[in-house]
Formats: sequence, structure tokens, C-alpha cells
Amino acid sequence: MKLYNPPSPLETKVVSKRFGMENSWKLDTYLATGGFEGFKKAMGMSSDEIINEVKASSLRGRGGAGFPTGMKWGFVPRNVDAPKYIVVNADESEPGTCKDRLLMEHDPFQMIEGILIAAKAVGASIGWIYIRGEYRYLVDHVDSVLKEAYQRGYMGKNIAGTGFDFELYTQIGAGAYECGEESALLESLEGKRGVPRIRPPFPAVSGAFQAPTVLNNVETFCAVPDILRNGGKWFADLGTPKNGGTRMVCLAGHVNRPGVYEVPLGMNAMYFIREIGGGMRGGKKMKALIPGGSSCPLLRADECDIAMDYDSMAKAGTMLGSGGMMVMDEDTDMVKVALRIMRFYKHESCGWCIPCREGTTWLQKMLARIVDGNGALRDVDLIGDLAKNMLGRTFCPLGDAAALPTISIVEKFRPEFEAYVAKNPFASSELVQVA
Amino acid sequence: MANMVKLTINDAAVEAPAGMLLIDAAKLAGIEIPAFCYYEGMSLQAACRMCLVEIEKAPKLMAACVVPVTEGMVVKTESPAVVKARKTTLEFLLSNHPLDCPVCDKGGECELQDMVFKYGVQESRYTEVKYHVPEKQWSPVVFYDGPRCILCYRCVRVCGEGMGVGALGIVNRGVASEIAPSHGDHLECDECGACIDICPVGALTSGAYRYKTRPWEMEHVGTICTHCSNGCKTTLGVRNNEIVRGNNRDRSGLNGEFLCVKGRYAFDFNHHPERLQTPLLRVDGKLEEVSWARALQTVADKFKTSGKKGVVGSTRISNEEAYLLQKFARTALGTNNIDHHRSGDVVTLLDSLSGKTATLGTADDCYNAKAVLIVGADLSQQQPFLANQIRANFRHHKAGVYVVTTGAVREDKIAKGSARTTDSDWLTGLESLREKLKGESELLVLFGDSVKGEGVRKLVEFGESLGVPVKYICLVDYANSRGAMDMGLLPDLGPGYHAVEGEAGLTLPEMMAAPDLELLWVVGANPLRRHTLASSNAFVVVQDMFLTETAQRADVVLPVASAYEKNGTVTNVCGQVQRLKKAAETVGAKTDLTIIGLIARGMGVNLGKVDADAVFAEIQKTVRGYNVSLPVIVTGGAAQTMPVNGRVPATVLPELIQSSRDTLFTTGTLTRYSKILNEVLEAPGGLYR
Repeated sequence: MKLYNPPSPLETKVVSKRFGMENSWKLDTYLATGGFEGFKKAMGMSSDEIINEVKASSLRGRGGAGFPTGMKWGFVPRNVDAPKYIVVNADESEPGTCKDRLLMEHDPFQMIEGILIAAKAVGASIGWIYIRGEYRYLVDHVDSVLKEAYQRGYMGKNIAGTGFDFELYTQIGAGAYECGEESALLESLEGKRGVPRIRPPFPAVSGAFQAPTVLNNVETFCAVPDILRNGGKWFADLGTPKNGGTRMVCLAGHVNRPGVYEVPLGMNAMYFIREIGGGMRGGKKMKALIPGGSSCPLLRADECDIAMDYDSMAKAGTMLGSGGMMVMDEDTDMVKVALRIMRFYKHESCGWCIPCREGTTWLQKMLARIVDGNGALRDVDLIGDLAKNMLGRTFCPLGDAAALPTISIVEKFRPEFEAYVAKNPFASSELVQVA
Repeated sequence: MANMVKLTINDAAVEAPAGMLLIDAAKLAGIEIPAFCYYEGMSLQAACRMCLVEIEKAPKLMAACVVPVTEGMVVKTESPAVVKARKTTLEFLLSNHPLDCPVCDKGGECELQDMVFKYGVQESRYTEVKYHVPEKQWSPVVFYDGPRCILCYRCVRVCGEGMGVGALGIVNRGVASEIAPSHGDHLECDECGACIDICPVGALTSGAYRYKTRPWEMEHVGTICTHCSNGCKTTLGVRNNEIVRGNNRDRSGLNGEFLCVKGRYAFDFNHHPERLQTPLLRVDGKLEEVSWARALQTVADKFKTSGKKGVVGSTRISNEEAYLLQKFARTALGTNNIDHHRSGDVVTLLDSLSGKTATLGTADDCYNAKAVLIVGADLSQQQPFLANQIRANFRHHKAGVYVVTTGAVREDKIAKGSARTTDSDWLTGLESLREKLKGESELLVLFGDSVKGEGVRKLVEFGESLGVPVKYICLVDYANSRGAMDMGLLPDLGPGYHAVEGEAGLTLPEMMAAPDLELLWVVGANPLRRHTLASSNAFVVVQDMFLTETAQRADVVLPVASAYEKNGTVTNVCGQVQRLKKAAETVGAKTDLTIIGLIARGMGVNLGKVDADAVFAEIQKTVRGYNVSLPVIVTGGAAQTMPVNGRVPATVLPELIQSSRDTLFTTGTLTRYSKILNEVLEAPGGLYR
């Protein structure tokens, strides 16, 4: 297991603190560095105490939506005579996001411990790690880690001598972005076609196999052991109010030191790009930023002096998302960016509902036509209009994910579209009149 | 009455039961919320996004098909945001829709057309190349045109949830998503065509109907399917005196929109080239075409002069024809030698239930009963509509289903208890379920032909011993099997199960075996397929649509009209009387009723007014249980006959009861002449039972 980028001294390492250690993914390494202390502590706590500790940490879901984790666990009904399940969303498919794979490669026991703590909190005894189809290689790695856990008594019956039982399995996806959406993931986990479910009921009430289910992102589970070990307040204090702790940011694009870095929530984005990312490549000027995966509205360079936390990003009209940060320099063709993003969503739209299925295709075709030099001015207006017609009307957030960046690019970089259209000698802003 | 909640829809105060879906509550209040994927009785999808409405305090538009009404809810279904959302959803839908409406079978009755007409945009902003895939044929009767498909998943649901078959699924994703058979490129299913009917657009089309007509050029005649005994209403589309389509989209009749492969497609026997159109008379050993006058005179003369006579009636002719036939036989011919192919022991059941009330089950009971027990019948094969009712009962009411059969049946999947027995020891199977059955609050028992004679009494005893209210349905085979018995096509019982005057006549096997039979009159039956006629000198008169085995032996063959070519009534397996309506005509054929009347006239016998309505009026007056409401029948409803409720003076020999044990794709002679039924791939039942 190698690391893809050297760490930065400006990072605050919590979930990535074992990265780079020799055999960091082995149980012995994990145990020697405080492993399973959080779990053992949790075993002496009640469900409410564990959930309150997580609430105190103000940990929010690291998958993209940022829902408070403690609250999510609290929704699981206590006194029902049904099995309860834990599901790990390792379907890390948001373009630009590559943190969960590192966490599973380098410190999988941390995730496992987080799962066990969640299981103790809600009373679950079975769990699955749902790994995206493109991470096929990771399944073997996680399986071998699970094997070690079972052999050493850290999984199965009477875990670490505490009397707690839990069974954990890996499940591979088939390569669909849609299955990162929690209810589609559950459908896929159950062996069905990966399309989202009608919600409510939410997974906490009726999730995998209609049973109450805790479903969180890999990084979210990874943060839990240290929260239990050091206390929720310790974690919360690392970040800003309501935005507790640190998070992994996957920095990509035209910067000098792209890579995955762990920083406290609330760090200034420009500071992060400049000091940790090493600034813009080749001394170029920055043009735009995708702050947290391709489904977030883009920010212009002048909007990027902003704190990286859920609430500040929301105020700026975008999202912290999944941590997939992409930096674009002045040479970037924003129309092609819009097309590339839409190609992805057109390819990944599951087809369940009309606006997303038809809208993504239509938009992709129009954007391609503009890039090919056959666009007209009215196409530019139509793109914005169609994207708005998708927004908020689709069955699941995939339609919004396709619409939001498109709307922001058309609004913020309209002159670039107009420049493409101006090059088309046949372009007319008038509608073709028939007879 | 459920708890009611008050809400506001479009500034109007509306009251609806708590928990009702908003789309239904609006409908109750007379407000339409358009939708494609929402379909009453099926699982929810929220996929088409047509039903988006504005709900106060909700951050965005909500799908009315999945939101239950709550107290104080304020809803707007026609606000500018909602109107725009609908317009744009339709714009998205039309973007890849081929708009080949002028050549589409659905044109004129297409829900997408209607929606665009009412809610859609006027102008198309789509200038890109449309996504296209070629049309596919999945079976002789089912074609799929992917580009027309709007992916509402109604077909997938009606097949999986409704029929319990699950022959359809979805493949690919995004704009390339399409419906596909679970067996790859072809269907292995009931071939019921429910997917075609339920399709809101022209994506699924019928192999029997496609490109034959525009819908508005047809006349639509609602009549009763002439195949099995369930009595489904089928609305026949008729153009130029040809039946081109069968469906029941108006959901009239007891079956709603349900039809099986026979009801939907097997009307085509009606136009089979081998339909008889001229009377045939045996001259010098060969059947020759003769005039009606000569044939009828020959028959009338023979009827007057023959000695020992036998009459075989039909399980498909109308009640009026059956009644008149036995009346004619008993009065003009002076014989009780009259019988028909009996497929269920209704007689013993009625006798065993004598003195009890509310013990005869109906098709509605199959849907509403808290528990259902099936004894000795493969319901989904032989009684498709009743099976559908039971599946829906399980789906909607979680009914307890119990099965005692000789082999695996489709109902096993939903059964609380199944027992496998042989035809004779079904009682052991019942006993094994006794404890579970006792736990139910009521029970509906459907039984096939393995329960007959004393067996029926044992079954009723078993039911009595459970200590819960029990109703029974005695399953029979054909469209008017029940009516044939009610009308007294029996040697020992007259209409309404009264004992006949004088001595009981010969049963069907006895007639066949009688060496001294001089005349055999067969009306709409084919006894020589199973029996041999012992009397080689008997003069045989046959009334039939085709030259069946019996007709080939006949001395006179009279061509008759089919059930789709006559008016009258039939009685279904549950004793529900429904009206046949004439949809088409075959030149040269006459109805059995007319023929009986003409023979009577030839013999100088006065039968009174020979006309379906007049005969039915007589039936209402004279046949026990048939004093039913005429308006119900006339308006296309099903009128329940009253139980006989009194001892039935007959002992049924078990060997007289013999079901044909048909499958979904067979019901005797008629289906042999249905081109479509002989074309569809008969699915190996075990695969999808």
C-alpha cells in the first residue's frame, strides 16, 4: 500500500493519522496506536451515551449531504422486534473524490471499529460494506482485513472478549453512480436493480431488507473511534461550531501538489489551495473551483475566499459535498467542463424518473453541439432553462447534481458560451419558422 | 369509517380519510392530478413526476402519489409552479418520444396524447437527434417499441404484482433504459396481454390488433368471454363485422380490467375459415350442403318419428338456449334423456348447504375474504380471474391463502400453508392445515372436480367443524357450465334443481352406451371426443360452429352463431348472471335459440315467444334463484343468483363429474380453432407458477 502524495505539515491528522505507518492496515499496528480503545469504552456506555457523544462531536455525514451523524443514529427505533443493520457506503463515486479508498487501504480497522461502535449504539449485529464496482481490487484487501479481524477475535462472536457479537461482510456494486444514493445502494445490496426508493421511510426506520439500518460514509465511521476515545467535545473543537472535526479533502486540478489532505473544517479554501496544495500550477491564475465533487455549483475564483465548512459553503450557494475539490486555471474551457460534467450524469442517470433521464441526455447533446461549433444563442438560454426544469423535480438528488453545476456554469461563465456560438456562422437566435 | 382529516386543495375545503394518498383525495374531491406511473392497486413509483404539486411549507414540489394527506395540509395543484413543472416534464417526455402518432395503434386513446393536449407545451424546443432503438417482438402477441416507452413501469408491476408472473423487468440505464422480458428476448408467461392494455402509450402493442384499425373506427361491444367459467366481461372492438380486439379498459364488469389470454385474444375462432355457414345433410353417406329449409324439415320429421332419443346440451350456450332446449326436450320430445358435460359437483354442494345462508362465494369474496382455501385446482391455469382476485386479496389485504393440490401451483408463493395430495386423499391434506385454518376469522373454499359426490359433503363437514363462517365455490369449466345445471340440462333435475316429472332420464354416458338409441341431438357439444356412440343406427343432429368429431358423425349439421354473435345471459362459476351482447354476425349461421324455435315450428309445437328477452322473463319467473334484478343485467352488471336453499333431490355419481383440467391456453373446441392460442409459447408452467 503506497500513499499517492506526501503529507503536508499543515494537516490536522485524525482519521489519516496512521497513513504512512508501516503495515498501517494490520491489526497489530492498529492496536499499538490506540485501536479499539473507543470500542471498549463504548461497551461500557449506554446507547444514549454513545449517541450523545457523537452528537457532541457535531460530526456530520462525510458522504456529501452532511447530515448530523448522531441524529441519524438516534432515529433508529429502539424497541422493535426486528434485526437492525449497519451499512457502510463505500460507493465513493462522486467525481473528484478518492478519500474512502485511502481510508480503506491504509486504516481499515478504524472503519471497522467505527462500525462496531455504531452497532453497539443501535443494537445491530450484522453489517455490510458496500464497495463500488470500480473498487473491485479493494474488496480483496478489505476481505483479508476482515479475515484477520475474525481470526484475532475482533469480529464475530464475543468481540475482544466483551461479549458483543457482530458479523461484517463486503458487498461489491456493479458500477453505478446512482448506488451511492443511500436507498439505491440498499436496493443494490439486496440484489435488485439500483434505483432509489421512495422516502420516507428513511433507512433508519426501514433500510436493508426492511429493517432499521444505519447507513454512513466510510469517513464518517472512521471518525467515530477517536470521538469515543477523546470525547465528542475534543472532536468538535477541531472544527468550527456545528461543523465538528476534520475532513479529508481530495485536491485535484491545476495545483502544484494535488492529493488527499486532512484539514479541520472551516479552513479557508484559498489558504488550503495555496499553502497545502502548493498554489496554482505554472503560476497561472485561478478561474474556477468545484468545492466538493462535480455535483456542487462551481465557484468563480473571486468567490473562493471562503471557509470550508458546511454552512459557509451553503451560504455561498454551493456545497462542501464529498470533499472532491477541483481547481481550474485560467486556460480552462468552461463549456467543455460543463459538457464533461453532463456526460457523466447522462451516463449515470439511472433512468427511473423522467426529468433526469431525458434532461441529462438533452443537455449533453446540446452542450456537445455547442462545443462542436453548431450552437446558437438560444441554446445557451435553453441549457439554463432545462437545467432549472430538472432542479428539484427529480425523484432523487441525481437530477439536482446534474442541474446545479450546469446552472452555475451558464450563469457565471456565460461569455464563454457566447464565444462558442459567435464562431458558428449559421447560428441564429431566431427560431426556425416552418412555412 | 376511518378518521377523516381536513385539508385545502386549491382553496377548497376537502375531507379525506387519514393516510389516503393526496392524489386519491384530490380525485375524491373532483380535482385531477395527472399521473402516468401512479396506478390504483399497484405499488408506488413516483417516477413520472407528473403529479408534482405545491404543498405549503414543503421546500419543493411534492409527488402527490406518495404523500398521505394530513390535517391542515394546504395544496395547490394548479399554481404557476405546478403548471410549469407539468409542461416541462411533458417536454422532457416528448424529447425522445418518436411522435409517430399517425401510425401508432394507441393514437386516439393514448394517455400521453391526452396529457399533452391538456397540460402540455405548444412548441417543441428539442432540435437534437432522437434516441432510437428498433422495435422488438417478444411473443406472437406482444411487441415492444422502446422509443415510445415512457418508463412508467406499469407493465412490470401488472406482470409481477398483478399476475404473479414477473416476466418483465428493466434493462440498461438512463435514456437507454427499456423494458425487457426476464427470459432475454422472449416472453415465457401467461401471454395475458395485461401489459399491453395497461401501457399508457403505444410502447406495448398487441400482435392480434396492431395496424388493423384506428380505435375510433371500431364499435365497442361489452359482452362476456365465452371460454372459462369465470365470466369476465370483455369489450370487443368490432370493425366491419369483424372482431379485431378484446379488452376491458373501461373496467366495467366483475373483472375490472383483468382478462387472460383467452378473453383478450381468443375471439379469433369466430372468424376461423372452417366456421360452418351452411347446413349439412348426409346424402349417400356424405355430408352435403343443403338449404336451411331442407335441413330443418329433415330434423323436424326425424324428431317426430324417432323412438328412443337423447339430447346433449352445451356448457357454452346461453341460459335462454339451455332453458328452451330442456323445455323442448321434455315437452315436445317427451324425454328426460338430457345431459351435458358436467365439470363440477354443484348439485351436491347446493344440497349440502341446504338450510344455510350466506354460504356461496362470489368473485368479490375471492378479493375480500380474510382467508381462502383452494382444494384440488390449479387456479391460475383453470380459473385465471379468481386466481387474480386471490392474488390481489393477498397483496391488498394480506389474506391467508391455503392450498391443497396434487402438484405445485402459483398460489404456493403466497400461501400460508400448502399440502400436496393425490386426487383422492385431499381430505388428509385438509386435516394437515386444520389448526392453521381454525385460526382464521372466515374462510372461502374453492374446490375442483376431485371433490365430488360424498366428497363434497365431507368438505362441508370439515368446513363446519372449523367453527368459523365458511363460503364455498364449486369450480366448473366453461362459460355457462353453471347455467347449464341451473337451467336443468340434467336427466334427473329440471330448472332450479327441481326433481323432474316422471322417471329420471339417461345420463350422457348412458345415452352413448345405449344400443337402441334412435336419435341423438347434440347442441354445442362434442361428446364423441371422449365417448363412442354405441348405437350405430342413431340419427345424429348436431348444432355447432365447426365440423367437430361429433359433427363428422352427424346426419344433419346446423351451423350456429357463437356466443359473441348472440344476445342472452350466462351464469358464471359463482352463480353470477351476466348479459351476452351481440358483437358480430356470421353469414349463414343461426343462434341455437332460433334453431330450436324453427325446429319446434317445423314440428308444429308452440314454445311461446322464442326471443332471448322473453325466455329470460320466463326463467326469472320459473327458475329458483333467478329472480334477479333486470336493470343490473341490462346495464352490464353481474346479478347474483339466489341460493337454492332447499334439498336437491338427486344423487350424483362421481364418475359423471369430470373436469377437462384445461390450462390457460385451452378450453375445448373453441380454443382448438383459435389461431393465436395455438401460436403462443405455452410456458412450462413450473417455471413461473
